[in-house]
Amino acid sequence: MRFTRHRRLMAPVVVAAALGLTLTACTGDIASDEASDVDCGPYESYGTFDDGTEVDVYGTILDAEAELLNESWADFESCTGIDVVYEGSDQYEEQLNVRIEGGNPPDLGITPQPGLIARLAEQGDLLPAPQAVADNVAEYWSEDWAAYGTVDGTLYGSPLMANIKGWVWYSPAMFEENGWAVPETLDDLEALTAEVRDSGAVDKPWCVGFASGVATGWPGTDWVEDFVLRQQGTEVYDQWVAHEIPFNDPAIAEAFDSVGGFIRDDANVNGGLGDMRSIATTDFGDAGLPIIDGACAMHHQASFYEGFWPEGTTVAEDGDVWAFMLPGTEAGANAVTGGGEIVAAFSDAEEVVAVQTYLSSPDWANSRVSLGGVISANTGLDPENAGSELLKASVELLQDPNTTFRFDGSDVMPAAVGSGTFWTGMVDWIGGKSTADTLDFIESSWPQ
Amino acid sequence: MTTNDLLGKIFQIVLGLAVFAAVIGLILFLIDRAPKRGRDWFQLALFLGPACVLLAVGLLYPAVRTAFTSFTNRAGEFIGIDNYVWMFTQPEALITLGNTVLWVVLVPTVATGIGLAYAVFIDKSRGERVYKSLVFMPVAISFVGAGIIWKFVYEYRPAERPQIGLLNQIVIWFGGEPVLWLQEPFVNTLLLVVVMIWVQTGFAVVVLSASIKGVPTEQLEAAELDGATNWQRFRNVTLPGIRGGLVVVVTTITIATLKVFDIVRVMTGGNFNTSVIANEMYTQAFRAAEPGRGAALALVLFLLVVPVVVYNIRVLRKQREIR
Amino acid sequence: MSSTTGSTGSADRTDRDVSKQLDAAARDRYNLDGSKAARVKRRLTSRTATVFALLIAVVWTLPTFGLLISSFRPADLINTTGWWTVFENWGWTLDNYSEVLLSASATAPQLGSYFVNSLAITIPVVVFATVLAAMAAYALAWIKFPFSDWVFVIIFALQIVPLQMALIPLLQIFTTTLKPTQEWLHEVIPIIPDETYVQVWIAHTIFGLPLAIFLLHNFISEIPRELMEAARVDGANHGQIFLRVVVPLSVPILASFAIFQFLWVWNDLLVALVFSGGTADVAPLTQRLAELAGSRGQSWQRLTAAAFVSLVVPLIVFFSLQRYFVRGLLAGSTKG
Repeated sequence: MRFTRHRRLMAPVVVAAALGLTLTACTGDIASDEASDVDCGPYESYGTFDDGTEVDVYGTILDAEAELLNESWADFESCTGIDVVYEGSDQYEEQLNVRIEGGNPPDLGITPQPGLIARLAEQGDLLPAPQAVADNVAEYWSEDWAAYGTVDGTLYGSPLMANIKGWVWYSPAMFEENGWAVPETLDDLEALTAEVRDSGAVDKPWCVGFASGVATGWPGTDWVEDFVLRQQGTEVYDQWVAHEIPFNDPAIAEAFDSVGGFIRDDANVNGGLGDMRSIATTDFGDAGLPIIDGACAMHHQASFYEGFWPEGTTVAEDGDVWAFMLPGTEAGANAVTGGGEIVAAFSDAEEVVAVQTYLSSPDWANSRVSLGGVISANTGLDPENAGSELLKASVELLQDPNTTFRFDGSDVMPAAVGSGTFWTGMVDWIGGKSTADTLDFIESSWPQ
Repeated sequence: MTTNDLLGKIFQIVLGLAVFAAVIGLILFLIDRAPKRGRDWFQLALFLGPACVLLAVGLLYPAVRTAFTSFTNRAGEFIGIDNYVWMFTQPEALITLGNTVLWVVLVPTVATGIGLAYAVFIDKSRGERVYKSLVFMPVAISFVGAGIIWKFVYEYRPAERPQIGLLNQIVIWFGGEPVLWLQEPFVNTLLLVVVMIWVQTGFAVVVLSASIKGVPTEQLEAAELDGATNWQRFRNVTLPGIRGGLVVVVTTITIATLKVFDIVRVMTGGNFNTSVIANEMYTQAFRAAEPGRGAALALVLFLLVVPVVVYNIRVLRKQREIR
Repeated sequence: MSSTTGSTGSADRTDRDVSKQLDAAARDRYNLDGSKAARVKRRLTSRTATVFALLIAVVWTLPTFGLLISSFRPADLINTTGWWTVFENWGWTLDNYSEVLLSASATAPQLGSYFVNSLAITIPVVVFATVLAAMAAYALAWIKFPFSDWVFVIIFALQIVPLQMALIPLLQIFTTTLKPTQEWLHEVIPIIPDETYVQVWIAHTIFGLPLAIFLLHNFISEIPRELMEAARVDGANHGQIFLRVVVPLSVPILASFAIFQFLWVWNDLLVALVFSGGTADVAPLTQRLAELAGSRGQSWQRLTAAAFVSLVVPLIVFFSLQRYFVRGLLAGSTKG
């Protein structure tokens, strides 16, 4: 395990030597050898620790993404001597709870739901963020973002990575060929949908997929959140998420119906995938792909969808696919929704504080973002480090002081709704259940 | 993994097994040297003790705790029967309960029925082993794996594109239109039940086949000499002879069916009116962070199993009387 | 019936006698003479029976077969054409397997490590659960004591306790007692890592016991009474009866249960998630495969290959131990 992690740092010529070392399991020696190759200057402030000092980090990030995560802190590890042991699970939310209750929590948790952070903080499971982390958050994060790690005025965690929701993916070539223009307002989008539908150039204007294993329904919540924020404004959005207005408030019903105008209509969906009902069983990862086959024109999904296009697809303004931001009611609207992770600690050991501080710094943000695939809302991030055109555009959007950012509402709501009835409600709704019934159902499940 | 790691792991296994063997050896030694006075109790304690201690710590205590939890809210305060009220007033509660009953009726009966017929038909036939292995294979697959396999069978593609799911392809071969199987109300629950039957039949076949081979051959011969037909022989000789095996199979499958949630979770996530109590329990206790509600659902599951327990007690009593 | 008189000093003689009587009784009762059994080969099967058996065999195999074919096809073919059209849409690849088997990453080295863990978890658990359950089942079936029925019923009913409900209390116990012990052991004997299998072993053993006791009890309690009495008259105590009569007679059911226990533990994910700590030190194959399969939505190519990788060992176990299923329940006594 250590072998693979450190191998990247070594010149290929020493592979043979490394192999020998691996066989004798002298991993400690390798680490100290490497230290000389890395410029440890930036890491001096975190101090140095004994070999074998471990920090357990638990999160939702898996597989290739987890690999990049490990790579992002490799230098930090070899300079400080801390071994950051990352474990990812697709059952993070459930398992974190089990481990905390069992008295065996990780040192750090990378949680994608501010709602969960709030609950853990209220239960007294989380430790307040140490001063160094608080300083970093104050310096490098906008108030919007800092608020998602804050519960009752106490900062518990720092944001980590970010993604922007509300991108509408399309094929620039297809748009040009048919003379379609990128819409400036929601009304434009409606007109565009009608135009695409009537042109007969594609099977259906939209392709949509709500399926995502046990989390089936979340892509639907993204649609609704985007519409609530753009159509009803930030104030209603915040009230809705905090349950200051009921879930079945007329404003929310209006947003639902607007979404329904686009995707609850067999004439508009589901390009190349079937009728409206196929939405509920189409995997979100596959849902946008008909754009490439020319079977649908538009697909609504977050910035991370870039990684879902088949190999060889160029994502650029003049490439195979590109995305425009879901417009607001008026041209030039600047409110976006997005997601991200919050790093919070269950331990206040010195090495844990060091790792937590490093993760909240621009150093880490630049290190991770330059490896590609993700962005961060850290204002110390250099947009040039972003791995692609779309990510660059996303970073600029995040760093633009005019942008109003709101966290994905379902992640902020209590889990019973945000990762429960809101999801299932969307599935029922797309299956034909009325908006009123759906909203009443979700409202009734809101924990007292 | 390094050589050292591997050695360490092997060392752990050997050490674990050695410690266990030593403990069991000591227990048997003590049984042998049991004092004359109170000897039976002493032996009983040694035989039953280790298992009982483990069960008390690992299952009995959690069960009692769950019972208490079901009367508390998220903050751990006592709230009476609110969780139970919630359970039965929730809009889809009746559907979930109905689905659970459907599962628990269909899976044990169909799996045991098919398993019994299959075990009888292949008994002593050529290729019996191969036959048995084929049906047993699903038992070796995890519930999640089974869910994946069948999701692939039920996969839907619109009519104009080639199907990749076998079921829809068969429908098309017979001139039909592809169906979104997992969203078709009621049919979808049956299709999920099929998966569980698929998994459990192998268990039934293996146990029943072993029981059938335990039926004394001279009885079968005698029946044959009396001119009994195949069916009569089966009814009057084989069936009574494998009664014990049948009870075991039905009981085990019933309990497994009540507990299974992975299949529903993987295939529909409980959507489209396919949820069962076990799945709701998991969702409430872990995803929604409502341990009280989850515990209440767990207790309802327990109640559903009471008839099975009662039946087994009666069988046990009867057996004791015969002895 | 509970008091066994006679000396224990003549264990040797007792043994021989018991096994002799046992053989005779078994032959008497079950007529296990080979030639005679062979004569009754005319069986229940008919043409319809054969058709039914074939049909079931095909239906039961087809879904897995489809998956097997798919696991060797390239991703784009899996997603666009049915596996039954493999002759028209020719194309094979080993990429799916190499992706699942060889994708080494920083968090997860090679699959081999997890493979060893799976074996290291499963084998001891099977031994622990089978032995403890056999002892308990014997006590419940043949040692008479007040409320023995009730003890059995309670154990039996414990089967329904959902694992999810038992995880947290058990973890609490482990963190307060077992973990410090392990760390201390690690200090004293460094070759024992501080992350060990002990937690997983104990958890799995406990969760396997109720069903194990139930299954074994059903068979052990059906051992002919005369065999037990014969042994008892010869002065064998419970320990001797258990070792020299019950265990040999129960070999097939013990083997059958061992196979099932093997499969359950091998396929388990839930217990592993909680008690293994998730690192390559302890985590089993299922955990790694779930990660591989779960990280990118539903990618059939990975899922299919992963499913087969985890299927191989259980099938080997089944095929190699299958003969115990096939033999009759009392076959253990006539192996001569």
